Amino acid sequence: MRNDTLTAMYQPVIGLEVHVELSTASKMFCRCSSDYFGQEPNTHTCPVCLGLPGALPVPIAKAIEGCILIGLALNCEIALFSQFDRKHYFYPDLPKGYQISQYQHPFAQRGSIVLSDDKKIRIRRVHMEEDTGKLLHQDLGSRAVSLIDFNRSGVPLVEIVTEPDFENEHQVKEYLQKLQQIIRSLNVATANPDKGEMRFEPNISLRRAGETNLPYYKVEVKNINSFSIVERAINYELKRQSSLLGRGEAPVQETRGWDEKRHITIGQRSKEEAMDYRYFPEPDIPPFRWQPGEIDEFRRALPELPDAKKARFMQGYHITEYDAERLTRERRLADFFEEAAKVGQEHGLDPKTIANVVMNKKIDNDTTVPAELIKNIVASRSIDAIDETELQSIIQEVIASNPKAVEDYKKGKTNAVMFLVGASMRKLKGRATAEHVKGLIAAYLDAL
Amino acid sequence: MELYELTVAEASKGLQEKRFSSSELTSACLERIRAVEPELHAFVTLTEEQALEQARKADFLLGSGEVRDLLGIPISIKDNFCTNGVRTTASSNVLKNFVPPYDATAVRLITEAGAVSLGKTNMDAFAHGSSTETSDFGASRNPWNIERLPGGSSGGAAVSVAADEAIAAVGSETAGSIRQPAGWCGVVGLKPTYGRVSRHGLIAMASSLDSPGPITKSVEDAALMLEVLAGHDPLDATSSPLPTKPYRELLKEKRENVTIGISDDYFEGVDPEIVTAVQTALLEFERLGHRVKRIKLFDPHYAVAVYTIIQRSEVSSNLARYDGIRYGCGRDAFGEEAQRRIMLGTYSLSAGYYDAYYAKAQKVRTLIVEDFARAFEEVDVVIGPTSPSTALPAGSSKNHPLFGEVSDALLEPSSIAGLPGISVCCSFSKELLPISMQVIGPHFMEDLILNVAHQYEQVTDWRSRKPDL
Amino acid sequence: MEIDVEHVAKLANLPLDEKRLEILGKQLTETLLYIDRLNEIPTEKVEPTSQVTGLTNITRDDTVSAPLSQEAAVGNAPETHNGYIVVDAILEE
Repeated sequence: MRNDTLTAMYQPVIGLEVHVELSTASKMFCRCSSDYFGQEPNTHTCPVCLGLPGALPVPIAKAIEGCILIGLALNCEIALFSQFDRKHYFYPDLPKGYQISQYQHPFAQRGSIVLSDDKKIRIRRVHMEEDTGKLLHQDLGSRAVSLIDFNRSGVPLVEIVTEPDFENEHQVKEYLQKLQQIIRSLNVATANPDKGEMRFEPNISLRRAGETNLPYYKVEVKNINSFSIVERAINYELKRQSSLLGRGEAPVQETRGWDEKRHITIGQRSKEEAMDYRYFPEPDIPPFRWQPGEIDEFRRALPELPDAKKARFMQGYHITEYDAERLTRERRLADFFEEAAKVGQEHGLDPKTIANVVMNKKIDNDTTVPAELIKNIVASRSIDAIDETELQSIIQEVIASNPKAVEDYKKGKTNAVMFLVGASMRKLKGRATAEHVKGLIAAYLDAL
Repeated sequence: MELYELTVAEASKGLQEKRFSSSELTSACLERIRAVEPELHAFVTLTEEQALEQARKADFLLGSGEVRDLLGIPISIKDNFCTNGVRTTASSNVLKNFVPPYDATAVRLITEAGAVSLGKTNMDAFAHGSSTETSDFGASRNPWNIERLPGGSSGGAAVSVAADEAIAAVGSETAGSIRQPAGWCGVVGLKPTYGRVSRHGLIAMASSLDSPGPITKSVEDAALMLEVLAGHDPLDATSSPLPTKPYRELLKEKRENVTIGISDDYFEGVDPEIVTAVQTALLEFERLGHRVKRIKLFDPHYAVAVYTIIQRSEVSSNLARYDGIRYGCGRDAFGEEAQRRIMLGTYSLSAGYYDAYYAKAQKVRTLIVEDFARAFEEVDVVIGPTSPSTALPAGSSKNHPLFGEVSDALLEPSSIAGLPGISVCCSFSKELLPISMQVIGPHFMEDLILNVAHQYEQVTDWRSRKPDL
Repeated sequence: MEIDVEHVAKLANLPLDEKRLEILGKQLTETLLYIDRLNEIPTEKVEPTSQVTGLTNITRDDTVSAPLSQEAAVGNAPETHNGYIVVDAILEE
């Protein structure tokens, strides 16, 4: 069957599980340092995270707060009663033979996040769990062995599960970027996928176009460790499943691994039946009951989230969405800009100008303090500076003198803007940036 | 009187008054151990050298006038408490070579109190039993009659105290494991409120039930040991933040007008001799000015079912870590009893059965907790027999899947509710085996049950009887 | 009551031979019959006990303590290699 026919017949049903390592100093249930990356094996362990007989877990408040903040940032309901549960399975990297996680009563549930083009992704749950140790495969002589390092065992993880609302791989990527941005803005995690601090597993299936029931199967894809791979992997898997369907074959419920070298997914030797984790409430950790007032406190502790910040920048500083988006991408840049804008105001500098300078300067590498930056701008501008009012009048003059260009633009020839920019720049003699001028002109023309 | 026959209180006094040294006392205990161990087998691991070293240090501190609760006193420790650098096996082949790199909190506390550790005592493997017969290293025997079982799972601990091998012992109870062997061996066994003593370092059996506690020669000693052991531990999230009490001090003033509740269910199916003995003890209480009131408690037979499910479910989970990778032997080294419990526990937690079993049991548990709370509005304490029989013959536990649970039927309800309970000797049977009764109190009222038990001990003299070894 | 003992043993990761499985199966059934009496007690409106002494919200602060030394951490393992604990390769991956 031809690919485009298949695409028309079937629609993707994609859900996503994301694990985020929280940036706490100690581990989830013990006081070992959670800084395991690149350390000598088994040097950050204790009876608790090694699962020695008699060891008991004591949960860390900071991680739970982090989980709840993430839940709130994703518009979730925070449960008034929640508890940890034991999730049982046997694997050498799981020292207790069970993972302390959450099952029936997670800290947060039923949230949502809105992507561009207003696509809403529902969040099923946000819960806490502990990480496992790490297995390294090696040959010792002629023997194939697994080497186990428990440094990572017990590091706090937040698991974020969506409903299968994604319709394509691009939405997934956008969601991941947005999620990362939100989490970073909360200052609870650095969420670098390449360091394993943010891990994702899409669940992918297809259903007939127009069907509303969930498909009978889903394929979980593991071993994806960057945002770019996510798109490739989902794209491949969708094609693989649709060709199966096209041949009249039924895809099976399974776990597959992404092979980055060959750009394919490979079936893993997994159980056909669903795992029986024998969940039951963790008896070593008393449950959690929150008063509504305490949840309000958590809400108050939420910093301004990226979307809200972007909207405020646009409204408050009168900068374009494009500029606002760039400025709010990283919390540090946004904070720097605001500080600079405050100082700049005292010197009569408008935010738009400052925005330009801030965006074009690489302040991550720069150790310039906002006040200094403003001083530099003022200094360089005192000779050549043009104030906003003069700039506006010059631009208006240029637009008024070029009615044909305006007409062309209105007819759809967007290039006409460049003509006007050029004309303005000649008049301004370098006293403003082209980008800035272009932005102003475009805004004017659109308003006409 | 031999040095090893002393109680903690008597030995402490003697040491303070320099009538003898800790080295002498410890050597006396070690000699006693050597004499009786071949028959009794209370210990899995003896730490002679360490004990003598600790005794020497204690003597030095005593010499400089140092005062600590257990300074220089030889104590035995049940082999499910992790002891740093000293083999800890839980009497199971799975851990026969396990040397913990850390001390359980209970061990740290008695060490800081100056105690001398004689060694680790025998138990039912992984605490799965009420006989100490299921130990992978051989059964312990009852000092009153070596053809009889000492009870369990803290059998070795009870034997070590009853046979005067140790001046006192640290044991643990999930449902009966302190009180029952103490009862069968004629010594005092105190199970504190759940959460009163830290479980950090105690090899877990059933996490929501396990309680470390002392086995001693007298009620006063039990109060002293509790003072050392009790208290909040930041390493145990279930340990109580409530302040402890000066348990010894609180013994001095007799509690008056105590209302003692008794429930007919707790006397059903119990040996007639034991019924008589406990009734006689109750008369004693009335003579002391207290009153006995008949009450109705939740049928203990339901408690057995609740306990069986909860315990085995938690056991199956707590034993999941024994895979022979980081320590110990593989899962083929589990004994029969462990296999049985793991199988039932796994089954009752498995998909489709969780609601019917574990969830159901935890709900009935709530009813039992509420039942006791209601009872304690009518009465101050509940008294009854510790066990339905005296010490059973060796071999009784074999191939009896519910041996433990049935023997402990009278102890399970209070354990399920997390209540404190103490067992004291109240008579001897025709066969010259100890008969004991238990006193149960509300949460965190160890001082009350100690006081009541102490009053009884003061007007009787069962303590002075010693086994013929 | 038909109990799939083999399945339970697999879930429990217990290596048991057929003979043992049969015996355990019988004992399991026996125990379950005894436990069944719990169904006589109505519990529709009863909450399960989550913590018998009623503790809630127990947490600790985010401070770091010294870990075990590598030697102590792997000291009880039957097989180690350069500080790692060794097991036979797992075939899944």
